[in-house]
Order: sequence, then structure tokens, then C-alpha cells
Amino acid sequence: MSLPVIPNVNETPVVTALRRKDLLSIADLAPDEISLILDTAEAMKEIGLRPIKKVPALRGKTVVNLFFEASTRTRTSFEIAEKRLSADTLNIAAVSSSVAKGESLADTTLNLEAMQPDMIVLRHSSSGACHLLSRLCRSAIINAGDGMHEHPTQALLDAFTIRERKKRLAGLKVAIVGDLLHSRVLRSNIYLLTKMGADVWVCGPPTLMLTDVARFGVHATSTIDEAIADSDVIMLLRIQLERMEGAFLPSLREYFNVFGMTEARLRLARPNVIVMHPGPMNRGVEIASEVADGPYSVIHDQVANGVAVRMAVLYLLVGGVKHETAA
Amino acid sequence: MKRLLKRGRVVDPANGIDGVYDVLIDGDRIATVGRDLPGDGATVVQIPKGFIVCPGFIDMHVHLREPGQEHKETVASGTAAAVAGGFTAVACMPNTTPINDNANVTAYILARAAEAGLARVYPIGAVSRGSKGELLADIAELKKSGCVAITDDGHPVATALLLRRAMEYAEMFGMPVIEHCEDPSLKGDGVAHEGYHAATLGLRGIPGACEALGVERGVLLSELTRSAFHVAHMSARASLRAVRKGKEAGVRVTCEVAPHHFTLTDESLVSPISYDTNVKMNPPLREAADRDAMLSGIADGSVDVIATDHAPHHYDEKKVEFDRAPFGIVGLETAVSLSLDRLVHTGVIRLPRLVELLSVNPARILGVAGGSLSPGTPADLTILAPDLQVRIEASRLRSRSNNTPFDNWQLRGGVAATFVGGRPLFVDPDAGLVV
Repeated sequence: MSLPVIPNVNETPVVTALRRKDLLSIADLAPDEISLILDTAEAMKEIGLRPIKKVPALRGKTVVNLFFEASTRTRTSFEIAEKRLSADTLNIAAVSSSVAKGESLADTTLNLEAMQPDMIVLRHSSSGACHLLSRLCRSAIINAGDGMHEHPTQALLDAFTIRERKKRLAGLKVAIVGDLLHSRVLRSNIYLLTKMGADVWVCGPPTLMLTDVARFGVHATSTIDEAIADSDVIMLLRIQLERMEGAFLPSLREYFNVFGMTEARLRLARPNVIVMHPGPMNRGVEIASEVADGPYSVIHDQVANGVAVRMAVLYLLVGGVKHETAA
Repeated sequence: MKRLLKRGRVVDPANGIDGVYDVLIDGDRIATVGRDLPGDGATVVQIPKGFIVCPGFIDMHVHLREPGQEHKETVASGTAAAVAGGFTAVACMPNTTPINDNANVTAYILARAAEAGLARVYPIGAVSRGSKGELLADIAELKKSGCVAITDDGHPVATALLLRRAMEYAEMFGMPVIEHCEDPSLKGDGVAHEGYHAATLGLRGIPGACEALGVERGVLLSELTRSAFHVAHMSARASLRAVRKGKEAGVRVTCEVAPHHFTLTDESLVSPISYDTNVKMNPPLREAADRDAMLSGIADGSVDVIATDHAPHHYDEKKVEFDRAPFGIVGLETAVSLSLDRLVHTGVIRLPRLVELLSVNPARILGVAGGSLSPGTPADLTILAPDLQVRIEASRLRSRSNNTPFDNWQLRGGVAATFVGGRPLFVDPDAGLVV
């Protein structure tokens, strides 16, 4: 494992080992790249504990946070990460942009691109939107969630949180429960955890199962007790409240009865199990409040670690390349 | 004017001909097909060894986009693409703006086609007024003004009742009902074949059953009404099963398959690049078992026709997020090379069968001229150079749009020349044929 790369003002920045311009998906990443990001995030986390939470790693770099979907947690997390690295940041939300005037994503992006940003962080409701940007732009593109496809930084922060608690990823039994079909968090987590050697179980009603799930290299079941038995990690996915409309679910009440994570169910897992949720939570649907607020929950750690992981990604994609700054 | 095509391999399955013959064209008609015909007075065209002379190809599923969507294609650009692709005639779908559900639109299309003077154009009228699926269009009027079939293509006919009535009514004029087979509720917001690749990309799926339900419905209604029913752009193995079952039971069902559905699979969603909107079409590229079923149906005769579903879209419309892009790809200028490369050279079928799929059967199903080289018929011919090395270049297509997934493909076999009404309207300069 490579040593943590510390973006210290007094040191010459190390050239990034990420073999890419963009972070579009976990599916593209090699295991050593994932390790590099997680190791770097450890160093980044320390910065957040300093009295002065700022380093100049991205000084003079312009980062555009282009969000076409409502997001509080992810956008805020990216923005804090960018500011802690001294980047100049700009937030564009779809409602206030020219998208409302009918401009295409390609045109919006090329106009932004003309202003020479270094990086665009994109959240979009269409799967593959960041792939389109990647083909159009010189800037580095970070996928902050694209449709039902991937949410790579979420999986990285989840892995960071698991590693922090369990000291490893390989060999852990991780049960992921919820709306599998529509979840970008699930896809990124499957790719990441299987690449790192975890034993991944996915669980949800057959109406919300991934097509051809066996090819994803995971165990799939609709029996919650089987999924969580002796698990080291339980990850719950949000159930969208509109899922009754496509007849995916009869009712939220029934979902909670069959799949909801309760304290009673939790006893099937290992005694030191951790419970995760990418948020926003539906209490009483996928997770009982007692579990969300209980001792096994690491939900707030996930949010805290999100900043460190995003700092690591930003740094490794842009900050890692040679600086012109006379620091 | 007379033209004598000397010593080509003439493949005319309707007349049981496959051998080296001369073809004499007199004016706009075929005069004779025979051995060592005298050249007296005729312009002699030496057909290079190995080239194939066959009845003109007819693409019975084309979107010419005119009137109303001229930024995608016009009758002139679409028929230029057709002759460049070896098609002497095309049947054009009614989902223009406005919909071709009346004599005025049909007459407009035919006038544009006459002006262009390229491939023959056979308009297909709408089943329902505005293709809205409520009231029948004036089908007798459509027939009288030149429509050869009816369809609400783009969508299935809205209800089983309306489809039944359309079949019963159109049968009076000998017109087939062509159906875009699909169950709308199963399609939902789907944008790609429901399979592993769509699942990895987070794209909403369209299962094969969605199409097969529509095929089953049509076959049952065709049996009920004893009317001709044609399945457009078939893609799913379950659909083929339904067609075979229908044919075995004596139902008057026919079907077509597009070249992309016998060539590509849903793996194109991720390779060579992900989310390429030029692999988005409806029905979608399906999995290998479906593609292989289409090949087997082509080989065993269950599939009647190869038709392109030529669906031009402007690059602005395709340069968007995958789920927002329109469905469809252009096909007129790639179909013949794909068919030769993927069907003939691989041994799936032999040339006479290819001519049936591209000429004989579409002419028969639509009840239009062509499909044979019988003396006295219009001199519509396609001349193939079956070993020509062809490189598809999207930017050089005659179509006004270039939305093809086959850009830069190298294929074996192409069109050397296309004759419509005795006139050589396309000659490939690289093929080595001098007309």
C-alpha cells in the first residue's frame, strides 16, 4: 500500500497516481486507485481537525459545482472540500441556470468550459450525463451522482468509513438492502466492495432487483434475514416515496414490515455490526429510528468522511498535477 | 435507349434464375434476360466478374421525415441515401408533421419524390387519424392517393379493437397493417434492452416481452380477421417464436428485421464507448440470444424481410443525455454491406435468399412493382460487388443525418450501382463498374 499523500504547503506536490482525467465511475477504477484515494483521504481528514482547516493545494484552481438535481449533503460536502483545498468554487443549480431557458446540457457545459474551469462536479438525473461531459470537456469531470448509474464519491466515503471501523474491506460481509434497481449508490458500492474483496449481499423485493444480478458478482436474495445474517456491515438504501406508482411496492408500511431494519433484525448480524445509510433517510420505512439513532449507526461518520474523501478525489485529479504556484 | 448488362451473375429468385446471364434494358423496362444477347444498338455494360445483378432492393421501413422534420431528412436526401445504399424503392412511414393520414400529405410526399427523381417512394398511411389511436384514418382515400399499407409506427395501434378494425377494413383494399409491436405499459420510460448492460449503466429497461406481447396480439387478430399483418422491426426471440407459431397455424403474418438487430447486441451500450446515443433505438439492441434468433429466423425463412427502420435525427438531437435522446439510427446506406458481410459471407444465407429478403418479399407484401427481372417490368436493378471492401464513414453519408453506430466499420461487400427505371442513379466509383 502506498503512503498517504499529504498536500503540505511546504512540500512539492506528488504527481497523482490516478490514471484518468475524470472520476466518472467506480467501475473504471483499479483497486490500487481506490486504495490511493482512501489513503489520501486519511491525510485529508486530519486537515479537518486543525484549527485552520485550509491548505493551498488547489489554490488558483476553479471548480464548478453543476447540480441539476436537488442535493444538500453532496453539494455541501463538495463545497467544503473545495474550500478546504483553497479552490475557487462556483455553484450552479439547475433552476437558476439557462437550462430553464431550454439550453442543452452540452451547450451549458461548453459555455462554462469557455471560462476555463479546472474541474466540473456534476450531479444530474440522467445516467451517463457525466460521460457526455467528459467527451465534450477539457476540464476534469467528477460524477456527483448521475441518474441510476453511479455515485462514486458516496461509495468511496462508505468504504472509508468501513475501513475506519473494521480496518479492512476484504472478507467482510456487507449486506445492502433496499431499492436496488434505481440506486446509483448501490452500483458504485457493488463495484467498489467487490473489487476490494468484500463479500457483498444485496437484498430487496424482486420488483426492485437488478437485472441479471448474478453477473454483478454479488449474492442476491429477497430474504432479509439471510442477507444480514452474520454481516459485518449493513447498508440501507433509500426507498423513494413514489415507488408505489410503478407498482414496485404495495405500501411503505408493507416494505417496513418485510425489509425495514429493526433492532430485532439487527441481532442476526455480527455483534459489532455497523449500520450505514447514504441519506436522506426515511425513518420507519427502510430503517427504524432506534437503529438510525442507535449505537451501531455510523451515519454521521459517513457524512463527516465525505468531506475528506472528496478532498482526496479533488486533490488527486487536479491538485496532484504540477502546480505553477510559488507556494 | 437500350442498355445491355453483359455477363453478370443474375440472381432473380422470383424467376428461379441464378447464373451468368445478360440483361437487356429497353428504356425504363426489362426487355430480356438471356445468354449471349446481341448488343445491337444497346450501350453495353460489362459486369465485372463476381458482381451480382438482381431486382432492385426495396426498403419497406424508412422515415423520410418530410413534411415537417426537414432538418433530419427530406424526401430528396432520403432517396439519395436510398439509391446510394442499393435501394430502388422505399416505403415511408407516416409519422411526419403533420401525420400522413390524408390524401394531401400523401400527394405532397409523392410530389417531392417525383421532383427528386431518385428512388421510388411508396407512402404508408396512418391507421388512425393523427396516429392518435382513436378514429380510423380515411383508409380508402389513402389507398387512392398512393399509400401501400397502413401503420401507426412509432407507437403500437392503441387498442386491440382499433387494430382489429384496421385489419378488417384495410383488407378490403389489399393493404397490410404494419405494426410497431409493443406493450406501452411494459415499455414505460425504458430506453434500452432490459438486461445486464442496461443494469450496469442505470438505464431503464425494455424487456423483449414488451415487443412479443404486441406480436402475439397482432397474430391473434390477424387470425381472427384473416387479414395481412406485418411485424415491423422485430428484435426479440419471443417475437420470432410468436411469428413462427402464427405461420405454422396458417395466419397471414409476415415480419421484418433491421440490420442492426442481426448485427449488434446490447453490449454496444458499453463498448466501444458507454452511453452512445447512436445505439439508442426502439426496439432496442437486445442480447446475444435475441440477435442469434434473428439470424436463425433469417436463415430458416421465418423472417420475410430485411428493412432498415432508417430513422434520421439531427446531431443536436442526439448530442444529449442518453435518456433524452430520440430513438433511431440511419440505415439506408449501411444495410446492404451489413447484410453481405454478416449474412452472406458468414454463410447464414446464400445470395438468392438475400434477394428474397431485400426485394422479392417486400414487393409481394406491399403489392408494389419490382421483386423480379421479368420482361416488361420496370428496370429497377441493384448491382452488388460482393467482395468490395467498404468502409462506412458517417460524415460521408448522403442522408441529411449521420446517426449511425457503424461509423468506421470495415465491411466486405457493397453496392456497385443502382438502376431505377433503367437509369443508373448511383454508381460507386470504387467498385470498378462502368455504366
